[in-house]
Amino acid sequence: MKVLVLIPAYNEDARIAEIIAHVRHAEPGYDIVVINDGSRDGTAAAAEAAGATVVCHPFNMGYGVAIQTGYKYADAKGYDFLVQIDGDGQHDPAYLNRLVAPVMAGACDFAIGSRFLVDSSYEPSLARRLGMAFFRKIVSAITGTRITDSTSGYQAMSREVVRFFTSEVFPCDYPDADMLITLHLAGFSIREVPVRMHANSAGKSMHSGLKPLYYIFKMLLSIFVTLLRNRQGYRR
Amino acid sequence: MPLRQQIFAIIICLVVFAFAVNLVRQRRLREEYSVLWLATSIIMFALVIRYDWLEALTSLIGAGLPTTTLFIGSIIFLMLICVQFSIKISKLADQVKNLAQDNALLRGDLEELKRGKTVEKCSEPLPGPH
Repeated sequence: MKVLVLIPAYNEDARIAEIIAHVRHAEPGYDIVVINDGSRDGTAAAAEAAGATVVCHPFNMGYGVAIQTGYKYADAKGYDFLVQIDGDGQHDPAYLNRLVAPVMAGACDFAIGSRFLVDSSYEPSLARRLGMAFFRKIVSAITGTRITDSTSGYQAMSREVVRFFTSEVFPCDYPDADMLITLHLAGFSIREVPVRMHANSAGKSMHSGLKPLYYIFKMLLSIFVTLLRNRQGYRR
Repeated sequence: MPLRQQIFAIIICLVVFAFAVNLVRQRRLREEYSVLWLATSIIMFALVIRYDWLEALTSLIGAGLPTTTLFIGSIIFLMLICVQFSIKISKLADQVKNLAQDNALLRGDLEELKRGKTVEKCSEPLPGPH
């Protein structure tokens, strides 16, 4: 069975080679694709030198678009499973196999790594903790599944989910809580898996500045309209 | 409505109408975007010519003066234009995203093909002496 590790990266030339090496060490049989999201540094060259396949966006389009390009790549190349790991070193590659295992076993269609089910060095700020708690309550209530870390980008999914995400239903603008609800409405099963995460020490978070305010607004609106939409729209 | 105001309003309506038609003629404005401009100038023109219609509309919406109705109409028109542009920009942003993704994937495939060809060329046996 073909498994693809998807790493979205933007200006990560300092760390990308190390992450690829860790992924290779953890799972030598998995293919790796780095989606270089219009980086202005040497991310693409560093990833290529480290042995990964690199797909380069012509300009920066954001995290959500980068991972969707990865889904389109996986779909076109016929991968059976996809594991997604951030390019900033936050996610521990040692958990790759544990994350994809329930999807490979057919126990679920989509596995999301939760930093809150395991002791980790990751300690979000109070504001972020509150935001996470708020959205995890909403997602858990709607999906009927206990979700502790709805904002986690450490995910594994089946080929069917990958194909589903290549369509316009995928929320490219901050895909997290609304994406889980979309998956639930489409009839995919979701499971959380404990994973270790580290604090993003060097990189700039995508939730910096005034972005958290926009994030809360966008997420609430997106969840609301997702629930209003006809379920036919989420047919697989 | 005083005659001077009426003449001024008619001139504005005619100028907007002619300007929009000319832009379409020169292919600098697409027909789909000219609809709101032309419709608004025609409606304004009709309301200025038929002052009794403007008065009826004013009493219908509860405005104090007919000129207020015209102002409200202009604001609604501007809002509609903005909504139309927002919808179009959202659609264009989606199209640009899809094109850029396809471009990235195709470029990746092309690089792969080029590399494959290079490897193939290197592994081909050298031509022997004739």
